[in-house]
Amino acid sequence: MSVVTVQLGQCGNQVGQELFGVLCRDSSDAREKRYGDCSRERFFRDGPSEELVARAVLVDMEPKVISQIITKAAKSGKWKYSDKAHFSQKQGSGNNWANGFCVHGPSHEEAIQDLVQKEVEHCDRLSGILTVMSMAGGTGSGTGTYVTQCLRDMYPHSLFLNHVTWPYNTGEVIVQNYNSVLTLSHLYQFSDAILVHENDTVHRICSQLLNIKHISFSDVNKVIAHHLGSVLQPTYTSSLAGLYSRNPIGELLSCLVNHPEYKLLSVYNIPQMSTSSLAYSSFTWPGLLKHLRQMLVADSKMEEGIDWKVCVPATGRTGNERARNSQQLGFNTSLANLLILRGKDVASADAASFKDPGLYTPWLPVEEAFSTWNSTVSFNGYEKAATLVSNSQSLLKPLDYIVGKAWNMFASRAYIHQYTKFGISEEDFLDSFTVLEQVISSYTHF
Amino acid sequence: MTQSVVVQVGQCGNQVGCRFWDLALREHAHVNKKGIYDEALSSFFRNVDPRRSGGSGSDVIGGRIQALKARAVLVDMEEGVVNEILQGPLRDVFDSTQLITDVSGSGNNWAVGHWTYGSMYRDRIVEQVRRVAEQCDCLQSFFLIHSMGGGTGSGLGTFVLKLLEEEFPEVCRLVTSVYPSAEDDVITSPYNSVLAMRELTDHADCVFPVENQSLVEIVNKIRHMAHSGKPSTAIKMDSTIISSQGGVSRVEKPFDGMNNIVANLLLNITSSARFEGSLNMDLNEISMNLVPFPRLHYLVSSLTPLYTLADVSIPTRRLDQMFTDAFSKDHQLIRADPKHSLYLACALMVRGNVQVSDLRRNIERLKPTLPFISWNQEGWKTSLCSVAPVGHTHSLLALANNTCVRPTFVELRERFTKLYRKKAHLHHYLHVDGMEQACFGEALSSLSSLIEEYSQLDAAKGRLTPDVPRLSVAK
Repeated sequence: MSVVTVQLGQCGNQVGQELFGVLCRDSSDAREKRYGDCSRERFFRDGPSEELVARAVLVDMEPKVISQIITKAAKSGKWKYSDKAHFSQKQGSGNNWANGFCVHGPSHEEAIQDLVQKEVEHCDRLSGILTVMSMAGGTGSGTGTYVTQCLRDMYPHSLFLNHVTWPYNTGEVIVQNYNSVLTLSHLYQFSDAILVHENDTVHRICSQLLNIKHISFSDVNKVIAHHLGSVLQPTYTSSLAGLYSRNPIGELLSCLVNHPEYKLLSVYNIPQMSTSSLAYSSFTWPGLLKHLRQMLVADSKMEEGIDWKVCVPATGRTGNERARNSQQLGFNTSLANLLILRGKDVASADAASFKDPGLYTPWLPVEEAFSTWNSTVSFNGYEKAATLVSNSQSLLKPLDYIVGKAWNMFASRAYIHQYTKFGISEEDFLDSFTVLEQVISSYTHF
Repeated sequence: MTQSVVVQVGQCGNQVGCRFWDLALREHAHVNKKGIYDEALSSFFRNVDPRRSGGSGSDVIGGRIQALKARAVLVDMEEGVVNEILQGPLRDVFDSTQLITDVSGSGNNWAVGHWTYGSMYRDRIVEQVRRVAEQCDCLQSFFLIHSMGGGTGSGLGTFVLKLLEEEFPEVCRLVTSVYPSAEDDVITSPYNSVLAMRELTDHADCVFPVENQSLVEIVNKIRHMAHSGKPSTAIKMDSTIISSQGGVSRVEKPFDGMNNIVANLLLNITSSARFEGSLNMDLNEISMNLVPFPRLHYLVSSLTPLYTLADVSIPTRRLDQMFTDAFSKDHQLIRADPKHSLYLACALMVRGNVQVSDLRRNIERLKPTLPFISWNQEGWKTSLCSVAPVGHTHSLLALANNTCVRPTFVELRERFTKLYRKKAHLHHYLHVDGMEQACFGEALSSLSSLIEEYSQLDAAKGRLTPDVPRLSVAK
């Protein structure tokens, strides 16, 4: 079953291009033919001259980025984007969510829907739709939200995984907090799950783990692509041996999103290191899993500098007590976790430590809260790799931060005239704030 | 890809405009080695087949360059400057229909420029602008270049601004205004400036004020560096900042150095919209990010580095120096010290070989030294364009919405009041049809209320504003 990817805005398109690069390389390097075939079926289709064509639709309101990435993809010689599967206009959204959502979205709704439909028709069976966007700008965030909503209406039985990039805390865009609040509050109403990468976190991974001196956006995007690839590439999800899962997005959602109030997912990945160091390193599953577990517990996205003092609070206390204690101890409570193991000797890996009920909220039995998938094929150059997709409190602080900043700015009504000009009123802002305060409250009082 | 149209009004406006076109041609020639008419060129130029009469465009992107015509309208009520342009090397860049001139000038009288010539040339100006606009596929912004102290640039220029708002309300209006220095030799420049200010506050989307005195000081600094004789400080002579060498015109005229700086400002503002980069910034993003309240749209700009040193590989320290300089008061294009006033928002537009990590490192480093308003502590807008300006490996343009413009406006108001109290020269203005005494009063109060808005924001500086209590929801 196939996944159709919709890349929206500059960030969405740049990340998407790196993602397809990783997926193509991984599928062609795979030593197991079935893995490669499954991956290619999932993300690519055959072009007229036997080259791989990404199952993707590219959307942006101005043309420069799309033409750049189409060229870059074609240069790889291994895969490309379809010549017809892209939509762009001449003038961007100006970092204005209202412009992206209220003006560009409706104007170009039909054209974009057509493109997605054509791509979907190329699939034998559609597993789901992946959207890739940022929330700080105007097109990815505003038009991206509008397009997701339309596609949702068009394919009510399909599954939607929204990948959203959170901006650096210190400005890429001054009104990024407004745009973020509007994006998240709307997406929350009709997305199935929101998978998040934060630029600040990925930047730290690049500098401290990958030792990159002059980090460019391309480096950041490669890390995001690596994480996403390790989640989406073929795995065995059940004990039905020998059969790769045909429904990756569906199974991801049923493992992780049990309750519509809790949709924010984050990714922990280990090991992460520069290719030069990789050549000299070897890993054991116990070592990797021990670090990964503590990364989850202390909410650290890197395997260096983990706070080992944070530990699972004792069970058997009342819900409120637990919540208070957890927050004081810096403990990251999970709602659900999905562990994905890839590589050599994966059968010997023991994930028992992740089944500790102390890790989870008390109202869900551990068998439902925790799942494991695995694959014997090494991923993207790593002999052994473990990825944890987590529905936990990991995004609580960043979300609270964004809402707080946006609220302060809103109190002075700064920049609001730029939004009302295109049709988003103060009332709409208040509604959005309310939705997110509710989400924050839900995640705080697990 | 969008297009922009430049409207240059008055002597100063046309001289700066001229330098802008010269530098733009040079910049594109540097980047575009194959002679193909590409998207970047089309933002400011049309491609015309000179053999076809009427000059109708072979504006197809991807075709060979035949003859480039600027997307511009040149307006002056005296013929001297425009004639010079038509006889100079840029003559082929302009169509005769793009020029609107008269003979007698405005006599440094805002009222003559605004009311007399405004009404006389209104229809012709609308017609010409419309013509140029129709040749654009997707017109995004108007760049108006003028000075504030004279009669034509100031009076007719602001009349044109009003026209642009009426006829093309959806097109962004970005105005570069040259403000007179205190020692300006035009006695009535305070009147002209304040009368023009009101129009700018009411009708412009963004204003980039520039003061002659600052430009003089910057040019002198560069000349000093060139002659100081330190071995490592040889200035690359093809740098676009200081010279027109390599450009179309050969002879350097007085004011050229100063005008070059302003022309560079315009080039750098539009670079991210024209060329590719890892983090693009379009023109509509300038106003979106930097204008939190509609009237407070005066942006202080600074350009660094002003010179490249002879060292070829520039170690990181030098790169960081570029960022530090952008906030020093010596590099600002108006006489103001943004570091000691309050930042409402700041944009950093970087060109050349700079990565996001360099940008972040410098923002982290400089943030503690710069006072930002409480609700916009992280108020930074950034963009990275891969194409560096000619003669440099990298450059930085900082645009700040900062309360340091207030002292400039206060000083302007004082000079105005000095004259107005005595009713000096007033009769020259009141004689003009359409001009009333009330105009002066209204312009003065517009300026005063603008100053007051900045003062109120300033008062918040240094005060620890507690966070506004958040919405509470049911648990």
